[in-house]
Amino acid sequence: MTLAERWMLPDGITEILPADASRIETLRRRLLDLYHSWGYDLVIPPMVEFADSLLIGLGRDIELSTFRVTDQISGRMMGIRADITPQTARIDAHSFPRSGANRLCYAGHVLHTRPRTPHGSRAPIQTGAELYGNGSLDADIEIISLMLETLAAAGIDEVHLDLGHVAIFRSIIARAGLDEEREAALFRLVQDKVQTELGSWLEQNVADADLRTWLLALPGLHGGREMLADAAAALAGAPSQVSEALQELTRVAEVIAQRYPQTRLFFDLGELRGYDYESGLVFAAYTPGHGHAVANGGRYDGIGAVFGRARPATGFSTDLSLLGSLGTVAFSEPGIILAPVEADPDLWALVAELRQSGERVISELGDDPELRQRCDRQLVREDGKWQLVPL
Amino acid sequence: MDQRITIALTKGRILKETLPLLAAAGIEPAEDIASSRKLVFQTNDPGVQLLLLRGSDVPTYVQYGSADLGVAGKDNLLEHSGDGIYEPLDLGIARCRLMTAGIKGQTLPEGRIRVATKFVQSAKRYYANLGRQVDIIKLYGAMELAPLMGLADEIVDIVDTGNTLKANGLEARDLIADISSRLIVNKAALKMKHEPINRLLEKLRAAVS
Repeated sequence: MTLAERWMLPDGITEILPADASRIETLRRRLLDLYHSWGYDLVIPPMVEFADSLLIGLGRDIELSTFRVTDQISGRMMGIRADITPQTARIDAHSFPRSGANRLCYAGHVLHTRPRTPHGSRAPIQTGAELYGNGSLDADIEIISLMLETLAAAGIDEVHLDLGHVAIFRSIIARAGLDEEREAALFRLVQDKVQTELGSWLEQNVADADLRTWLLALPGLHGGREMLADAAAALAGAPSQVSEALQELTRVAEVIAQRYPQTRLFFDLGELRGYDYESGLVFAAYTPGHGHAVANGGRYDGIGAVFGRARPATGFSTDLSLLGSLGTVAFSEPGIILAPVEADPDLWALVAELRQSGERVISELGDDPELRQRCDRQLVREDGKWQLVPL
Repeated sequence: MDQRITIALTKGRILKETLPLLAAAGIEPAEDIASSRKLVFQTNDPGVQLLLLRGSDVPTYVQYGSADLGVAGKDNLLEHSGDGIYEPLDLGIARCRLMTAGIKGQTLPEGRIRVATKFVQSAKRYYANLGRQVDIIKLYGAMELAPLMGLADEIVDIVDTGNTLKANGLEARDLIADISSRLIVNKAALKMKHEPINRLLEKLRAAVS
């Protein structure tokens, strides 16, 4: 191993250095305080768990993105978490069940076998909030509002909110009677809006002409609020869940536009992100200058079933380090006070007092010109008394 | 926000067939693309600029969001993995076929075979679907040479007229995919610059049909 190789970090793994670390930590505290003020209880789930309980019921994506290690004590396979959401679902289902709504929040590292987006981190600091036990649209609106508050706290001004509803796709294909393989193929075509192939694929695989019309329309149904009326026309006659979903989207748009008039709303009925476990409304936030969503979430009812308690669930999450790099979190770094090293108890007491009051005091251990440069004040003895003077 | 859009175009034959479509949609480069050595071009529309790239780089620029839209061959899209790209429109240009080919009249040996190709992902998927175990040899050009020199039993390549194959004593065998150029769109761009992108999409859709 050469010297150059010794300091190399794996792809997608970074170390966060002082200025950025302060910014991210300031933001972390601010966000957890925000969630606390909304009544969300902080949980700190473990970094590793038995793979069986970590991965159950979440589909293939999460399975592929989870690192696995062998537990030398039990001999069983453990997974390093790739997502905190299922851990909180288990907490709600089993370890900390409330009879009513359970509001949980978290901030912690997760590890992905591959970055989820190009240039993405493989070790994001997943931060988010989940609301269990309430299936109302108001719960979704609360979560979307909290996501927008999160971005505002991070200093991200221009937010585009992308709204979709996977119940539309689900209820339509429920009638098509497709096997798993064909459903996956159809999912890919709709999600990537490959309209040309979608048409010919539907001709070959879906017999019902109405279903074909609706499915073919989905990738093109995106736009502002006015698109929802077009969608209602294009999907006329579709299962009742479709019109219910459209009504939900309309209602969400009304409330969010009123609460956050500066947020731009966008609707995309072909957006099926998280289709493996999402069940209703899905949403994502975008900001100019970043080619991927900065925060996302949705409704994923019933995920707790595998832990013995199926509950309505909705939530969102984001990556704290990404927010730190995109936003303009204001944090003030107070100047540093330089203190000599002396046995005088008065000096010790004064330094302790300054530190208590929030000042940063560093003892100069020997001659340290670099440190002196970073300090703006120093403690000196004048007439037998310690004084704080500019440096 | 800035609603300017950047379109990444594929050089060469695809470019020649793309420009008339763009012109029909009201976009013309401010200077002659074919004779210039520049890589970025302004257009008659101040809201649109063009990039000129190698075909295999177009999906990358669009996926990363460095370009909002792109024109890329389906062959390159099949090789490109990962999310972040919509593929809403088949431009119907630069049509050809992705096929297997081998020495004329020669049958494939039993068991594991060697396949030379530039299209590694497509070849892997194709043979895996057949249930055939293959060793892929990645080449960057002149695939036809590989079977002749005993490097591979079969090749996977783009076939247009089939003349190059014939000239080298090869024959086209099975169709893997029909290829044409697609308009691709960065997912975040569609959501954030919906209006100009959708307008352009509609114009191109009209120009194609």
